Parts: sequence; structure tokens; C-alpha cells
Amino acid sequence: MSAINELRSLKAGPKPIARDDKAAFWFLLPWFLGLLAVTAGPMLASLGLSFTKYNLLQPPSFTGLDNFVRMFTDSRLHHSLVVTFTYVLVSVPLQLALALGLAVLLDRGVRGLSFYRSVYYLPSLIGGSVAIAVLWRTVFGTDGLFNQFLALFGIEGQGWISSPDTALWTLILLNVWTFGSPMVIFLAGLRQIPASYYEAASVDGASKTRQFWSLTLPLLSPIIFFNLVLQIIHSFQSFTQAFVVSGGTGGPADSTLVFSLYLYQRGFGAFDMGYASALAWLLVLIIGAFTAINFWASKFWVFYDD
Amino acid sequence: MTETSTILSAPRSAVSQSPAGRRRVLQPVRSAVKHVVLILGALLMLYPVLWMVVSSLRPNDEIFGNPSLLLQDFKIDNYINGWTALTQPFGHYLINSMLVVAGAIVGNLVACSLAAYAFARLEFRGKRWWFGIMLVTIMLPIHVIIVPQYIMFSQVGWVNTFWPLILPKLLATDAFFIFLMVQFIRGIPRELDEAARIDGAGHPRIFAQIILPLMVPALGTTTIFTFIWTWNDFFSQLIYLTDPEKYTTPLALRSFVDTQAATDWGAVFAMSVVSLLPVFLIFLFGQRFLVKGIATTGGK
Repeated sequence: MSAINELRSLKAGPKPIARDDKAAFWFLLPWFLGLLAVTAGPMLASLGLSFTKYNLLQPPSFTGLDNFVRMFTDSRLHHSLVVTFTYVLVSVPLQLALALGLAVLLDRGVRGLSFYRSVYYLPSLIGGSVAIAVLWRTVFGTDGLFNQFLALFGIEGQGWISSPDTALWTLILLNVWTFGSPMVIFLAGLRQIPASYYEAASVDGASKTRQFWSLTLPLLSPIIFFNLVLQIIHSFQSFTQAFVVSGGTGGPADSTLVFSLYLYQRGFGAFDMGYASALAWLLVLIIGAFTAINFWASKFWVFYDD
Repeated sequence: MTETSTILSAPRSAVSQSPAGRRRVLQPVRSAVKHVVLILGALLMLYPVLWMVVSSLRPNDEIFGNPSLLLQDFKIDNYINGWTALTQPFGHYLINSMLVVAGAIVGNLVACSLAAYAFARLEFRGKRWWFGIMLVTIMLPIHVIIVPQYIMFSQVGWVNTFWPLILPKLLATDAFFIFLMVQFIRGIPRELDEAARIDGAGHPRIFAQIILPLMVPALGTTTIFTFIWTWNDFFSQLIYLTDPEKYTTPLALRSFVDTQAATDWGAVFAMSVVSLLPVFLIFLFGQRFLVKGIATTGGK
């Protein structure tokens, strides 16, 4: 069902007989050009640039490993990594837990399923927009909606966005808020579990809780895995919300300086293109490492039926 | 994939029929509790958005300090103020966004469907290898290509034009959609191709007259996702468009916030609502495609 499963199954098989070479070339021509000029080409160029100093005005000068050595002493980068890891490692599990919980709740013959599904899905369509980031900035401001809500219970709030201790948590909450899209994927997965499994389990006297742990969870594990990989990759690249909420600075006190935002500041604020390219490759390595760890760990908990 | 979508809409009655009699008595109570929880949850989730919509219709001095959703009197002043607050009327930025979105949709539909046909139906040298590369590019972060891409586009003088945002789509770089279409084409019976081939049709005709008309649902999903993602896109638009004349809706909104925030939140909210409206309408009318698309291939 997913790109990930396709990649898993891409092992060598019998070689196909090539007979449509010419037609394939024309059908794939735009894609080949795109690969050359827009994806793979620039990707290699960015690898090259990461060993240079380049400010767009003078031609790039080769500086060897300087950019990578600089990473070790760049304290804003270290801070940004802490912010990004916190953001990803807190928001993704919460988001997936909520998505799974609601999917299970909705799956068991609830009336008005499509209504609920739409309502819970809507935030994930608009969560990445500037408008919602603007809204978040006001909702968690000093006299924002959230503090007025707290006041109902006699709790005195604070400026959640303006405080370095809490600003990142408002962004985490915003990411969790978009749990609708993994939820829809879970719902589709739940539909594929044959009802007869549950009937058999009921006959054997398994409680609903037991059914969840022993039936639903293992059968759904490939989809949990898929969502996990996807959301981690996605969250590492988060940019818009942090940019808008902090007015592009990553503040207060760099507390919302997610990796993409730092990269943007280096590359397109300071025009430090060489270092920005090196940072981009660091991001690729981090995302690659996380994905690899996920694939490795999946052997222990993901259950494939086929 | 098509399997998933049909199952998605199939009724599932068997599970809710509980064999135990005691449970049957408890069923209505349980279901009522469940609905209350679901409705409260939905309300909690959407409350801030609803509040923004209501606030955009309130006079400015009433916005903060009024957390309710009740509207005393209906005022569209904020919309008038917001529409004309920037150097251009807000419609200008909406049109800019529409142009980018239209270009991206055309690009994705044409280029991705061509590539998808090749991957799904043609046999060619290195197919498995190319297909693998295509899958990997789905997961590639934009950061790793944006710097050289920016340098390239700035050298041809395309900064502050829409080309850097549209050209990549015309070259099928949104590989996610190629994959979505490949999956869909695989579900179309090959007998149809064979029959056409026997009648003497070549690949261009099979593609245009057999496959394309049958893959309308996949094209619908692609259109809707491209619309929403391009409409919401901020990162690449921020990088390529610096001239306020060329601003798209998200950029205009952002500059509006940075200049007006302290004074005119009502107008900011009004334009935020305006900027969300197209996404909301697409969501309303294109839901069928959206849910199918996301369930089968797992978009963002």
C-alpha cells in the first residue's frame, strides 16, 4: 500500500525483457529532465557546495571540510538540533497515539463516521498554512484564547509564545493537532482486518482490550510503521509554523529555532550558501539515520501477514 | 490500492453485533457516551478556527477578551480593511496564488501521468533502478536541493517570477503523484491495453485513449492534493518571491502580520479566513478523492 513497502520489495528478480525502450524514453523525458535539473543534479551540486564558501557574489572557493568542522563549534546549531529533536520526538508519538486511538474508536461501527472523519481530518489540511500559524500566535499570546480558557478555571496564564520555556510546546501542540492524516490511514488499515478475526476472538472470550493488544495492534503494525517513518521525515522538515510564530527569528531566545529555520537563516538570510548546503546534508544524514533505525527496529515489532 | 479504497467505504456491521445479551442492553449507553466524547473532541479541535472566523466579524476592540462563539452584531469592516491594507488589494495575491496553483496542477497532471504510464506499463532497461530512484525522491527533503536550485534560477533571472515554483512540477518532480498514479494504473486490467494493441494502437494512443480516461479518480486526487499543498506552500515561495508585487497569499498574509499585528487583528483574521477559504471549499467538494488518496498512499 505504500512507497515504503514498494522499496522493501525492490529486491532483484528475473530481469524484464526490455522491449519498450524508445517509448519509455519519451514518456519519461520530463521526469529525466527534472531529475537532472531539479532533483538529483542540484542534490549533487549541493554536496559539492558543502565543501566551499559561497555568498552568491564571488565564485565559490574550496574550503575542504571547514563547513563540517564548523558544525562542531556552532552553538546555535547545537541548540537548533536540541529544539528539533524535542519537537520530533515528542510530537510524533503523541500525534500517532491520538490518531490510532481515534481511528479505533471510529472504526467500531460508529454512526456518522464520515462526518467525524472529515472534522478530525480538517486540521491536517490547514495546519501547515500561514493563517493557522497566525492564529496560533494569537491563541497562545498573553491575552489570547488559551489564557481566557484557563481563566475560567481560575488559572492565571502567561505569554506562551513569548516565553522561551513554552514557545516550542505550542508548536508541538500544533503538530499534534494535525493527527487527522495518520488517523485516516489507520482507519483504512483497520478496515482491512477481517471482521471474522474479531468474531473468533469474541467466541474465545477475549475482551475488547485483549482484542486490541493481540489482534488490532499486530495486524496494524505495518501501518503504524509506515505512519511513523512518514511523520518523522515530515516533522524534521517543519518550517512554516516556527517561522511565522517567531517572526522568522526562531525566538524567543532561539527556543523555536527548528533545523529548517536555522538553515534558511544561514542560506537565505546571511547568504552563507556553502554552510547552508552542508547543513542540508546533515539533515539528510539525520533523516536517513532515523529511517534506517526505524527499518532495523521494525524487525522486532512489525508483523507482516504475507 | 483500489482494494483499500473499496474496503474503506464498505459497511462493517459484523463487529458491532455483540453476542452477549448483557452487552446489547449496554450498547445504546456506550454509543451515546462515545458520541459525546467524539463531539466534544471535535469541538475542542475546531474551536480556535471557529473563534477566528467569528472574531473576523467582530469590531477590533471586542476580539480579545471575548472567547465565545456568539456574534452580537455582524460586521464586515475587517474584511474591507484587510482587503485594502497592503499595497495591492488582497485579490491580487489570491490571483498570484491561483496562477502558481494552476501551473502546478497542469504540470503534475501531465508530467506525472506520462511517467506513471512508463513505470506501470512499459518494459525498459534499468526500470527497477529508475523506479527505486523515483521512490527515494519522494522522501528527499527539499533543503538538499534548494540552494543550488536557487542559484540556478537566479542565474537565469527567474527569481521573482513564478517559474521556479511551476517548472519543477512540469518536470514531474512531485514523485509522490507518480507513485500514486502507478498504483492506480496497475489496477487497470491489462486486457484493455492488449485489445487496443491488437487493433494497432501504439503507446501514445493506449495512454491517451484507454489509460487516461480510466485514471480520472487518480487525476482528481492529484489535482486536489496539488491544490492544497501548493496553496499552503510557504518555504519555496518565501525564497523565490521577494518582490511584494509577486507575493502569493501566504507571503502577503505574513507581511500583513509583521506590519499590522499590534493594531488590527480583526483585519488579519479576516484575511486569514479568506486565505483558508479555497482550501476549505476544495475539502468540501473533493473529500471523496482526498480520503481515498490519503488512505491509499498516505500523504502529508
